Amino acid sequence: MPSPDAPVIEFREVSYALPSGQQLLSGLNLQVQRGETLVLLGRSGSGKTTTLKLINRLLTPSGGEVRVNGAPTTTSDVIRLRRSIGYVIQDVGLFPHFTVERNIGIVPRIEGWTAERVHRRCEELLQMVGLEAKLASRYPHQLSGGQRQRVGVARALAADPAILLMDEPFGALDALTRDELQRQFLALQQRLNKTVVFVTHDLREALRLGSRIALMEAGRLVTILPPNDFVRSNDPLVAAYMNCFSNGLDSSANRGAR
Amino acid sequence: MNFFHFLLQNHDQVVELTVEHLWLVGVSTLLAVLIGIPLGILSAHRPVWNKPVLGTANIIQTIPSLALFGFLLPVPWLGDRADRLAILALTLYALLPVIRNTYTGIRGVDPAVVEAGRGMGLTGRQLLFQVELPLALSVILSGVRVAVVVSVGLATIAAAIGAGGLGEFIFRGLAMVNNQLILAGAIPAAILALSADFGLGWLERRLRPR
Repeated sequence: MPSPDAPVIEFREVSYALPSGQQLLSGLNLQVQRGETLVLLGRSGSGKTTTLKLINRLLTPSGGEVRVNGAPTTTSDVIRLRRSIGYVIQDVGLFPHFTVERNIGIVPRIEGWTAERVHRRCEELLQMVGLEAKLASRYPHQLSGGQRQRVGVARALAADPAILLMDEPFGALDALTRDELQRQFLALQQRLNKTVVFVTHDLREALRLGSRIALMEAGRLVTILPPNDFVRSNDPLVAAYMNCFSNGLDSSANRGAR
Repeated sequence: MNFFHFLLQNHDQVVELTVEHLWLVGVSTLLAVLIGIPLGILSAHRPVWNKPVLGTANIIQTIPSLALFGFLLPVPWLGDRADRLAILALTLYALLPVIRNTYTGIRGVDPAVVEAGRGMGLTGRQLLFQVELPLALSVILSGVRVAVVVSVGLATIAAAIGAGGLGEFIFRGLAMVNNQLILAGAIPAAILALSADFGLGWLERRLRPR
């Protein structure tokens, strides 16, 4: 049994290459501690999503190993592994032919929970993500983007996994809805204390949600820092990120002043 | 003697040949569905199978039907009974639309939905039966619809090798230069095709995912 303070997720010298030989990830070492929110930050193509998919073995490392709860992902039962990890993606991927309730309850149901227990769990989760109970019988196409993503989060939490993987979950939402969902995520995280790996390219989101931020560039990990140290870092890549962020703020402030 | 008079006088035979016709079309469509859907799933999931499977079905489609009936005639067990042979030929023709639409339907499922399903830990079988097939169903059904409509027409040719069906009237009419006989075969066949088209089209719209 791994000790309580052992990392929940661990990357050891992990590399990943496409069958074509293109190297997407190399020499990745990373540890995610219990209860923290690790944000993978980086531009498109930096390997963030690849890293995430290696955790629930939607991808298999070409070199090194990924350990979840101490066990290499390649030796554990992949179905069990995935069911013990919640997964939220930008496009949500709700099943369009299922009602909200069936969407949320799918993992519990295939895990053999009774209908009554699944139903109660759905009610609880809808409330938890801030949705009205009457939405349970709706279909995904009848929901707004923000509601859909909330259902996506509820579905990932359904079987109460200890780990949550989130791939730009709020990326497709308008700024106000995103803000609302980020706030709710923080509140939820305080209450549930999951181990979260969160992918984003939005620095503001990373600083707001992460307990640590891992900056990635061209398939490599640049640095991992808590938000407070991140904003003060001298690393040129971090500085570049900080710069373009503050440029945005400056120019908007200037325009407002005029 | 007008046409309706003829139908009334020979209604026993019209019914009998219609039933035979339905039997040929029904059994061959069922076989095509049972073979074609798994092949369509296979080619959608395993890209290496895509070309050989769809290619073969395509080639079969290009063989003229009368020639195919003729080719199959000397085959031992098949040639014994004309309806067996007709059913086999009709099945072969029905395969292409069924395979192609199953392939298209499954490939058309939103990749995000499939990824979410896999990421949540659905097994391949659960993903197939709970997500992919239900979402592809209306597309698959429209392939079946095409197969049925084509089969109803093709089955009239099966009478040339003695497999029965409404083609009997048509061939007899051709031999006797009797238009009423030809119509007695052609009109019920057209009605069969239209009602199958309408019925399956209705079902297809009902099952289309939102």
